[in-house]
Amino acid sequence: MNLMPRLRSRPLGRVHVPTVTLAHGGGGKAMKDLIDDVFVSAFDNPALSPLEDGARLALSAFSAIGDQLAFTTDSFVVDPLFFPGGDIGKLAVCGTVNDLAVGGAVPLFLSCAVIIEEGVPIALLRRVTASMAEAANEAGVQIVTGDTKVVHKGACDKLFITTAGIGAVRAGLNLGAHNAQAEDAVLVNGLLGDHGAAILGARGDMALETTIESDCAALHGLIDVLLQAAPRTRVIRDATRGGVATVLNEIASASQTAIEIDEARTPLRPEVKGFCEILGLDPLYLANEGKIVAVVPPDETEAALTAMRKHPLGQGAARIGRVHKGEAGRVTMQTVFGGRRIVDMLVGEQLPRIC
Amino acid sequence: MKYVDEFRDRDKARTLLNEIEGLVATIDIARHRPIHIMEVCGGHTHSIFRYGIEGMLPKEIELVHGPGCPVCVLPMGRVDDCLAIAERPEVIFTTFGDAMRVPGSRKSLLQAKADGADVRMVYSPMDALALARKNPGREVVFFGIGFETTIPSTALTVLQAEADGITNFSVFCNHITIVPTIKAILDSPGLDLDGFLGPGHVSMVIGTAPYEFIASYYRKPLVVAGFEPLDVLHSIWMVLKQIREGRAEIENQYSRIVPDAGNAPALQAVSRVYELREFFEWRGLGSIDHSGVKFREAYAAFDAERKFTVPNVRIADPKSCQCGEVLKGVIKPWQCKVFGTACTPEVPLGALMVSPEGACSAYYQYGGIKRQAGAA
Repeated sequence: MNLMPRLRSRPLGRVHVPTVTLAHGGGGKAMKDLIDDVFVSAFDNPALSPLEDGARLALSAFSAIGDQLAFTTDSFVVDPLFFPGGDIGKLAVCGTVNDLAVGGAVPLFLSCAVIIEEGVPIALLRRVTASMAEAANEAGVQIVTGDTKVVHKGACDKLFITTAGIGAVRAGLNLGAHNAQAEDAVLVNGLLGDHGAAILGARGDMALETTIESDCAALHGLIDVLLQAAPRTRVIRDATRGGVATVLNEIASASQTAIEIDEARTPLRPEVKGFCEILGLDPLYLANEGKIVAVVPPDETEAALTAMRKHPLGQGAARIGRVHKGEAGRVTMQTVFGGRRIVDMLVGEQLPRIC
Repeated sequence: MKYVDEFRDRDKARTLLNEIEGLVATIDIARHRPIHIMEVCGGHTHSIFRYGIEGMLPKEIELVHGPGCPVCVLPMGRVDDCLAIAERPEVIFTTFGDAMRVPGSRKSLLQAKADGADVRMVYSPMDALALARKNPGREVVFFGIGFETTIPSTALTVLQAEADGITNFSVFCNHITIVPTIKAILDSPGLDLDGFLGPGHVSMVIGTAPYEFIASYYRKPLVVAGFEPLDVLHSIWMVLKQIREGRAEIENQYSRIVPDAGNAPALQAVSRVYELREFFEWRGLGSIDHSGVKFREAYAAFDAERKFTVPNVRIADPKSCQCGEVLKGVIKPWQCKVFGTACTPEVPLGALMVSPEGACSAYYQYGGIKRQAGAA
């Protein structure tokens, strides 16, 4: 997609030291070299390369899709920076792409602001920006503007990234949590909790070895397929922090409906189930980075499931519950055991139980 | 998942529930009032809510959620002592996750951490000992909390520290024992408890003999129960069967894990390091004789209470807080004056609202269904 007027290319600076120092945040040559060598060369695109204070984007790129802009931002502070199935860079691109996509938008451009702790190896930064570039390329978005700050040791934990994204909302769409109606089906696109479990496992402080990988992925392709098959889809949300349980509570509350899910139909990897059993965690609250919750009208449910299952990111799509007329805002679960319980919002972080 | 799914089988649950309904119909008490069965252990409380078991039982059975959540029964004064240690600059304070949110009179460990105290969550006291090895210049303190389930692991860690000559490791000991507490509950006036589900993990350590007095002296049935939902239903069925047959015995439903004789090496480690305290204060229940353990003189060097000065001030529970009555089963969580208003999991006033094993928190998070249906 060449949306920008090509500008004359300029020579790029190079970094010759192994680690980031405060000099790289000083605004002088060291900073310019870092930005050129680590960021611009990785993200290379015509809107970014002039390095003006802001990227200039042709309105025609948006108006061809619809008459509404979608605009979002998200910060990424994940620890560890590299984990099975992804890293902070991939997460920073996919997370923002997904926030645009679940609103029915075609993601187009991202910004990338980084806060770097002095002492971080340049090689680490290169790995992250290479990963961002790859994820952006796969997702068909361009990183067109950015910012770099370096802070004293201890003022941040290695690397924080903030991305913002803009896209255009497809004409005729009005997705929103308030739209859910009684008898709608609640769908997910696959196995839940992988990201949360992968991160907890990768931190290594519970001496549990797992093979669980993060599900981190850009979902706009899958959402495209879903919306074509089920054009009257009411809500799509990505089930990130707080997991599926939190998203369901938000939907029930915004639409003043009740939602009941069936534990037996909730897709979980045996490893994630076991991981949660051992640590006393509830997988419904574990974060996902490649999973959506979609609420679709009953007559489009089968089409939605069939279409999602044909997409590589939706093979495990399942109907996990339904919207009904019960107490407004209430989410309940039919347990595998045959009982029923409330699925509430989490108060804080899930803390493992003692025994 | 093997060894898990078998114990969550809905068809077997249905069969057991039919049997339970059949038994209840033949029990005399049920004609006048509900049959009260106390699950002593917080792990059972959690399972009961997690699987919606309360709503599946016939209305003639009322489960009373007992005091077996170590986080819930920790008095405020002890939390303050723990904060005084955690806030010392040389200290790395290590704790199990769910003790982080227990409120002291000023704040919780979570708040102390935000204010700059070096508080770290660990999964085992051995992790704390490893931290002590790695940080010889710091004092690493482990928040020893829990019943007989966790006492052996702290005792063994202290023995390991002694063997390795590690001197910058200590334990703030709040370990408690369940048996004197069950006795205290049985001695409370006005309780109509008809039977107990005994704590499975505690029994794995102490065996079944320490409960004998409950059957022989108090004439109440107790069934040591496992934690999967079928375990809980099966144990309830066993208690009911005893009631129906006029028996009061200690039975072991969890024999796949709990040997009747307990775990001798674990008990030896515990008695080498610890001895009984004359009394220990429980939140909501007050002081109970011989219900806690402390370090023996020989292990004083590992006792954080002696290593650091602590305020040791007794803080009364908030007046509006009715945790004690809930713990004893006198009132249901939602009958407490502050339940869901001044006391919520977000801002817990009473400790029963803090841990997911606490009865109030469990009701708040999971429980509303049966109550709303008016069945309980």
